[in-house]
Amino acid sequence: MKLKEVIKPYSQNPEALENISATTDFTNDLKINSANLVDVFLDVEEAFEIELENSSLEKIANVYDAIDVIELKLQEKNQA
Amino acid sequence: MTTTEIFKKLPFSAPYLFVDELLYVNEKGASGTYTFKADLDFFKGHFKDLPVVPGAILIETMAQIGGASVSIYLSSLDENKNENQVSVATSYNVEFFKPVYPNDKITVVSEIVYFRFGKLKTKVVMTNERDEKVCEGVIAGILAKQSNL
Repeated sequence: MKLKEVIKPYSQNPEALENISATTDFTNDLKINSANLVDVFLDVEEAFEIELENSSLEKIANVYDAIDVIELKLQEKNQA
Repeated sequence: MTTTEIFKKLPFSAPYLFVDELLYVNEKGASGTYTFKADLDFFKGHFKDLPVVPGAILIETMAQIGGASVSIYLSSLDENKNENQVSVATSYNVEFFKPVYPNDKITVVSEIVYFRFGKLKTKVVMTNERDEKVCEGVIAGILAKQSNL
């Protein structure tokens, strides 16, 4: 999973990263603090060639939310 | 917002304010100066017989001049800003090159790397009056609600 590779350098919990699933929470499971979460999203932007807004960030708590936002942004990009 | 207004909004006071003057603060970065007066308390103990400014204080000085001031400026441009937000440091990666002695005046210059999603990342350099590089590094902070601290 491409997203897992992006998250990898920021995760403080190798076990949660290894067992990553849709319900894996960035803060509670992967123990990523809010400052590093910003860097995760900047790396997501680069990896998927998309641009996230402040409102996207607020919607993302777990892996499912992140994939949801990434897929939406990729769709928007392909339609443009 | 003028540098005087930004200076007044800095959330520090003696003995933990390490800014004498802000030279400029804008959307690219900031610069300012500070003189480490010989009567500062930490000189008595760092080190016992050799007063030099502790690295931790140099980092704090870089963060106050180069980070906090920029954060106040950028927040002032945001129409949807939350008045109860403060900028808290989240990471430092700094190297030291020269010691700073009592009564040395230093100049800090910062350049914004990015300001996204409330996080400010800056490249910061401190120089002394002989124009020698004292320390240099990357400092980041994030806007946090005061109620979350």
